[in-house]
Amino acid sequence: MSKIDLNNMDRMYFDILSEIGNIGAGNATTALAQMLNTKVDMKVPKVELLEFSEVGEAMGGEEQLMAGIYQIVEGDITGSIMFLLEEKSAITLISKLMGTPEVDNAFEFGEMEHSALKEIGNIITGSYLSSLSTLTNLKIIASVPAISIDMCGSILSVPAIEFGAVGDKMLLIQTEFSDDVKLTGFFILVPDLESYDKILSSLGM
Amino acid sequence: MSEMIKVGMADLKLCISPNAITTLGLGSCVGIAIRDPVTKIGGLAHIMLPDSTKITNNQCIAKFADTGIAELVRIMVEAGAARNRLVAKIAGGAQMFALQGRSEAMAVGARNAEAVTKILGEMKIPILARDTGDSYGRTVEFFPETGDFVIKAVGRDIKKI
Repeated sequence: MSKIDLNNMDRMYFDILSEIGNIGAGNATTALAQMLNTKVDMKVPKVELLEFSEVGEAMGGEEQLMAGIYQIVEGDITGSIMFLLEEKSAITLISKLMGTPEVDNAFEFGEMEHSALKEIGNIITGSYLSSLSTLTNLKIIASVPAISIDMCGSILSVPAIEFGAVGDKMLLIQTEFSDDVKLTGFFILVPDLESYDKILSSLGM
Repeated sequence: MSEMIKVGMADLKLCISPNAITTLGLGSCVGIAIRDPVTKIGGLAHIMLPDSTKITNNQCIAKFADTGIAELVRIMVEAGAARNRLVAKIAGGAQMFALQGRSEAMAVGARNAEAVTKILGEMKIPILARDTGDSYGRTVEFFPETGDFVIKAVGRDIKKI
């Protein structure tokens, strides 16, 4: 029997998962700063355990266009991780990274921009996962990234379905980065229940 | 004045003409619109997973194709729809991400659409139209008055099925 029930999550478990989110986001910010070669500030991430029906709303509406970068996680824990970037943030980031003018609509991105976003996602989730791995001493490997630029609700259906197999809520970590402009990104880490247990017991819980 | 009722993820609702009903951003989930063409009583379910019997945590009946469709039909009949007149239209079940060598794990949308088709078949509710599969998200609007099922996707023309 798993120690975790996502619908009745103990406050202490929740705090630990939040703290991992916090450290991970810190590392991700450093990675982002190196990539953009500027100073990047990060707000304290907001961690929420939400009902499925609330998640779209929490991210600015189900129909908002977003870029989602998705990776499968393997090793000592299994599951998936997703990094979502608001359309405006994705456009800004791509323009900065590639030195091109900002496009009007993220749907206009081509192969090159998709690759760049996948790489951004890969670096950010990579730094997040490596902090998790260091903290827990667990081996964590991420697959190559896949991308979707679409309505927030549609992208979210993928981790929601994975969460849905274990509970009626999902854990969302919202991070806000800023240098001269504000970038808003979201992390969704979806370990299966056994992996939750492994993470917590490796932390001495 | 008619109203647009909103159905969330893992949710289902009744909708009686002249009202309309919508669910936003269907990805790998499937939207099932059911209607009694005579009484114009309709309903929409937004399911996430194919089968409640495969999962221990299954209290949320609107989350699964089997229990969700059964519940939608139940509340429609309770509202006065005739069980033997019900017809359905479905949309969603997309594969949002493509990962090489992981097609099995990524095909949850197809499995959802397949489960919905099978369950509606078993319940003898004909599927009049469908817009499932592919790799993009869909917002749907259903009008029990006419039976029109309107599908909107980013960067594509609006479709009426």
